[in-house]
Amino acid sequence: MLEDLTQRLESTFRKLRGYGKLSEKNIEDSMREIRRALLEADVNYTVVKDFVATVQEKALGQEVLQSVTPGQMVVKIVHDELVRLLGSSAMQIRTAGIPPTIVMLAGLQGSGKTTFAAKLANFLRKRGQKPMLVAADVYRPAAIEQLKVLGRSLNIPVYDEGLSDPVKIAFNAVSVARQQFCDTIILDTAGRLHIDQAMMDELVKIKNRIRPHEILFVADGMTGQDAVNTAKEFVQRLNFDGVVLTKMDGDARGGAALSIRAVTGKPIKFMGIGEKLDEVEQFYPDRMASRILGMGDVVTLVEKAQATIDEEKAKKLEQKLRKAEFDLEDFRDQLQQIKKMGSLESLLKMIPGVSRQLKGVTVDDGQLIRVEAIINSMTTEERHNPKILNGSRRKRIASGSGTRVQDVNQLMNQFQQMRKMMKQMKGKSFKGMGMPFGLA
Amino acid sequence: MAFGKTKFGLQKTREGVFSKITRLVSGRKKVDENLLDELEEIFISGDVGVDTTLYLLDKIRIRIRKEKFNNSEELNAIIKDEVSRLMIAPREKEVEAKPYVILVVGVNGTGKTTSIAKLAYHYKNQGKQVLLAAADTFRAAAIEQLSIWGERIGCPVIKHQPLSDPGAVVFDALTAARARQADYLIIDTAGRLHTKVNLMTELNKIRKVIESRMEGAPHEVVLVLDAGNGQNAISQAKEFVKAAEVDSIFLTKLDGTARGGVVLSVKRELGIPVKYIGLGEQKEDMELFDPKEFVEGLFPEP
Repeated sequence: MLEDLTQRLESTFRKLRGYGKLSEKNIEDSMREIRRALLEADVNYTVVKDFVATVQEKALGQEVLQSVTPGQMVVKIVHDELVRLLGSSAMQIRTAGIPPTIVMLAGLQGSGKTTFAAKLANFLRKRGQKPMLVAADVYRPAAIEQLKVLGRSLNIPVYDEGLSDPVKIAFNAVSVARQQFCDTIILDTAGRLHIDQAMMDELVKIKNRIRPHEILFVADGMTGQDAVNTAKEFVQRLNFDGVVLTKMDGDARGGAALSIRAVTGKPIKFMGIGEKLDEVEQFYPDRMASRILGMGDVVTLVEKAQATIDEEKAKKLEQKLRKAEFDLEDFRDQLQQIKKMGSLESLLKMIPGVSRQLKGVTVDDGQLIRVEAIINSMTTEERHNPKILNGSRRKRIASGSGTRVQDVNQLMNQFQQMRKMMKQMKGKSFKGMGMPFGLA
Repeated sequence: MAFGKTKFGLQKTREGVFSKITRLVSGRKKVDENLLDELEEIFISGDVGVDTTLYLLDKIRIRIRKEKFNNSEELNAIIKDEVSRLMIAPREKEVEAKPYVILVVGVNGTGKTTSIAKLAYHYKNQGKQVLLAAADTFRAAAIEQLSIWGERIGCPVIKHQPLSDPGAVVFDALTAARARQADYLIIDTAGRLHTKVNLMTELNKIRKVIESRMEGAPHEVVLVLDAGNGQNAISQAKEFVKAAEVDSIFLTKLDGTARGGVVLSVKRELGIPVKYIGLGEQKEDMELFDPKEFVEGLFPEP
């Protein structure tokens, strides 16, 4: 996500940092580049205009021009302005004093409300809550069925009344949730255009009837200049509390994030980052700003690692590393832990500087799967003692894992290299080696 | 399904963007940078994209330097002319084939399934026999969604179980289309972000299944683009062209305020014509796109 914007800004900044002293012309040139980068990222025209004007004004101030590292100062100004624009702190969803908390979702068709409803339910359950999904999209064919299927796969209750009145469904759902001791209701509504007055009225009716504690506006992360008009209309009619950006795992440049936040003043609370139901992230403005500017997002990476990596296993691994006993079984464990954290590409992008180097490279998660398949096709003995892998064994493993002998050979070479490295490190400090490979 | 409807359908685009142009240039005898700046704002706000906008402005700048114009109508005509050069007409005649196989692709949430219903209804209305294939086996209830549309329109739907192999669905659908002598076979596929390598490879595989089963097919690969998407639409189109050789574009959700200015960039960057536009949620809310009329419509006579 955001690569193009990030790259453009990075190259502008590189130039800026290169100057010993900044002239007004340098700054103006870089402002033009920043303006263009933002416009190409689909940030709204007016928002860009204001943003660039603010940054330029600050950058032309005395402290920058006289500073020892003027380029760095400008980067800092841009970063601070981005954070200001994105909102300064992460926002949680509100909860009710007396349960159930009612969360209502609204947005255009195809923005991803139903999928997000399921993701949010899953997210809340992981935090120990007991959510219930409510199917109030009675217009799109099979929308109710979709929510039911998702609910079933997560084992989260879904309340529906078939194709009846959405206002009534929403109202009844509240008492059903109480009976079932669910503490949070997530209300999926039908997608609608903001200019469709009848449909917008319906949302207002639902809102007035059930008084949700939190209304989230779900928007497609790939939205163009029109994001502003849509968001304005929804905020005027519904006065929503927060924004959810979906489909942020593509190469959307996320301009919508900046635009929506700027025109509504409402915080972005979540991002959808994949097709799987656990691929949702809370939105942290400062981390996002760092990501946009190519500074990486190590905080999220570490948090992800902490959430998925098994402490016990990590300790055992460290022991093994100390003794250089690391074998293919341990290697497989590591792979599995990495996989749990998300796609390789998304992880790499959180490392500062990596997104620039990844330009045009697609990281193939299939590689990980193939490696795992190869190891799975080995016997336990082979995994513990890879030295016994002769030609015929390798041939068997290749055909067992659906790969080629070359792939097996390549993996074995890499593994030997890794072991060698470890031997060399033996006796040195292993601090931080509990992290999976390449991430330590 | 008259071409004349486009005028009505694109009213939003026209009111939103291009009436601004007419207003902007009216009464002008001189062109200065201010005017060009405002033109830039109008184009970019219409999702035309920075590159294409700059390209257009350059062209316009050169033209007005060379050709003297006396009044705002002539200036308007220059801008109109440059804009229409960015348009491309969809292929006039479809290939003769029976069944005529249409493969529909796109990212998640652009409106593929609804667009398929509209296409099916369009052909059904011409007295053709249409068969639908539910090859989106991934998204929850996508098969049901297409089945409900099939019932409403009166088209049989070939389907398998959720999460089954889409290639197999396509294979069966082709067999069925031949056996039943259908005129059209329209294939729904799962929405996929264009950056997911594996999913794009799957799409390529689906295409290959069709090719191997019927020579010359698919006869038309339709990429569904959401008019509300900004410049990302271009990058979507690029990847789908690579994976599935897109022939035409179905631009959806033009009934909102989204301007669909990407239409201008798509030809310049990819040379693929917009052929259909979606203007609502009902099965009849589709129009064939007429570029000439589009441009005419963009610049109402003052």
